[in-house]
Amino acid sequence: MTITFLIDALVTIIGITTPILLAASGELVVEKSGVINLGVEGMMLVGTIAGFAVTFETGNPWLGILVATLAGAAAATIFAVLVLSLGANQVATGLALTIFGIGLSSLIGSNYVGIAIDPLESPFPDVLATDSFWRVIFGHSPFVYFAIILVLAIGWFINKTRAGLVLRAIGENDLSAHSIGYPVIAIRYAAVAFGGAIAGIAGADFSMVISPLWAEQMTAGRGWIALALVVFAGWRAGRLLAGAYFFGVLMALELYAKASGHAIFPSQFWAAMPYLIAVIVLALISSRDGKDGKAPACLGKPFIPNG
Amino acid sequence: MTKFTRRDFVKTVAAASALPLIGASAQAAEPFKVAFIFLGPVGDYGWTWAHDKGRRELEAALGGAVKTTYVENVKEDASAIPILRDLARQGNKLIFATSFGYMDQVLEVAKEFPDVKFEHCTGFKRAANVSTYNSRFHEGRAVTGTIAGKVSKSGVIGYLGSFKIPEVVMGVNAFTLAAQAVNPKIQTKLVMIDSWFDPAKETAATETLANLGCDVIATHTDSPAPLQFCQKKGIFGFGQGADMSKFAPKAHLTAIEDIWGPHYIARVKAAIAGTWKSEDFWDGIKEGAVKVSAYNAALPKEVQDAANKVIDGYKAGSYDVFTGPIYDQGGALKVKEGQKMGLGDLATIDWYVKGIQSA
Repeated sequence: MTITFLIDALVTIIGITTPILLAASGELVVEKSGVINLGVEGMMLVGTIAGFAVTFETGNPWLGILVATLAGAAAATIFAVLVLSLGANQVATGLALTIFGIGLSSLIGSNYVGIAIDPLESPFPDVLATDSFWRVIFGHSPFVYFAIILVLAIGWFINKTRAGLVLRAIGENDLSAHSIGYPVIAIRYAAVAFGGAIAGIAGADFSMVISPLWAEQMTAGRGWIALALVVFAGWRAGRLLAGAYFFGVLMALELYAKASGHAIFPSQFWAAMPYLIAVIVLALISSRDGKDGKAPACLGKPFIPNG
Repeated sequence: MTKFTRRDFVKTVAAASALPLIGASAQAAEPFKVAFIFLGPVGDYGWTWAHDKGRRELEAALGGAVKTTYVENVKEDASAIPILRDLARQGNKLIFATSFGYMDQVLEVAKEFPDVKFEHCTGFKRAANVSTYNSRFHEGRAVTGTIAGKVSKSGVIGYLGSFKIPEVVMGVNAFTLAAQAVNPKIQTKLVMIDSWFDPAKETAATETLANLGCDVIATHTDSPAPLQFCQKKGIFGFGQGADMSKFAPKAHLTAIEDIWGPHYIARVKAAIAGTWKSEDFWDGIKEGAVKVSAYNAALPKEVQDAANKVIDGYKAGSYDVFTGPIYDQGGALKVKEGQKMGLGDLATIDWYVKGIQSA
């Protein structure tokens, strides 16, 4: 096993991990505020088509990412109005948002079937980005660096800043936070919109880097993996990063094992493994019964100030 | 037809069988209604897209005489039954179910609507009002395999598959046998990704095959994503289901195109004329159901000639990639020298030929 081989494998792992890591990071902030938005897949798809369409029409990928971000946030805001202002059920509304995102992206995308764009390349000079060794660090798309910086920044924000403490307080006990004067609904709006914006960016990664084309439902269920990852990580940013890469390594291992003709396990076992491991980890987390890895206490519950 | 509500049909089972008779007299001047159920979205630019293209060709060819409806993203489970039933109740007289996994559901609904005709794609179970139709895609794969065998410098070629079903197994076998016919040392690395459509995983799997030394990679999944990766990496691939050259002008050597339009037109015409019978269609290059796209201009003439020889052989009936001797992965002789595999054997094939590395 040569160093080139390892670098190639790492590049694959990083590529497939990034959109899941991004979407999960956004959802982590949403859930920390006490709201569960199951519409991640739908928001991602809205970002996928927005990023593709704007990049294709304007030739400017940065504008594409910006519009994908705004589109994801806009989709999330629809959800926020329904659940935060109108008190709709969060689970049902989130599922509806996914269906809406699939439909809307397919509708807009029908004009973009069969078109390709140039993939967004590494922001570093070619000397570093295409070097046979240094590409392992410098050869990735901007999404990769953004995802890692973002998840670390979110971890710092939640645990080390006053604003992060307020966010957690609202997620753990919204009535107390409200009684000492924090605007619960406004902060939840901001958290939900942020989660949508990041999901939009995660979606754009699919249509601008991984496979620079538009095809309906091209995120192929990654939004659901991102949702599972937040739980898997016990609502902690550090574990989210590790967990996302763990899933990425598993998938790469599956592909390498199959392609080299030494599957070790049957194909079906590989397909089931991520879920199997998620169940085992969840069982371990819940059996430990500490503060560690528990869901925010207000997760999914409507905020009723005088209730 | 619209004057009948669903409740009317639910009242009695007998009503369901009487319906088509009433319908026929009520809509004598109305267009003939045809429905399709699709596995994926029509925008997948692959399998479903090709079927939908056939549907659009049908509308264009018959104009106002026909009215088509389609339902996309229909799962291959029991949920297909109410969808098929609804389509039959809505007055569709011919219903095409375009994926293997709808087989038993089609037969069940067909029993309830004896006067509605059904056609099931890639299946093998028929009834008085259920036909089956398929294409000999493996003929196209013999062409792409020939090209891969000639183009590969490493002698290692890749095949990205979906599931271990006969359709995919015969595809990778045809591809490998044809490549070995022009370069006996060819090895094929096979990866199944347990999905028909997942651009991110398709890309990752293509990347993996390339990292393991494959310099030509064929796909048996539905998106053009693998080709885009080949283009980036400077290796080669083939379009699947449609000409995908605009996604990867350099990497795209040619494509296998699924042409369903002529079949749909012929069958709807037959149904309108009253000459429709339950049959089994398995058309190939000769009948125009499988088409090989224009070659990449960079492909050397010698390679193009070798590929054309295979195409001409299929047209003339003088060539068959599944002609013995054929050995399986373990080296056991499966098809004796000079013998050919029949379509019946191919329809249930579950073993890989020698030279395929699979997990």
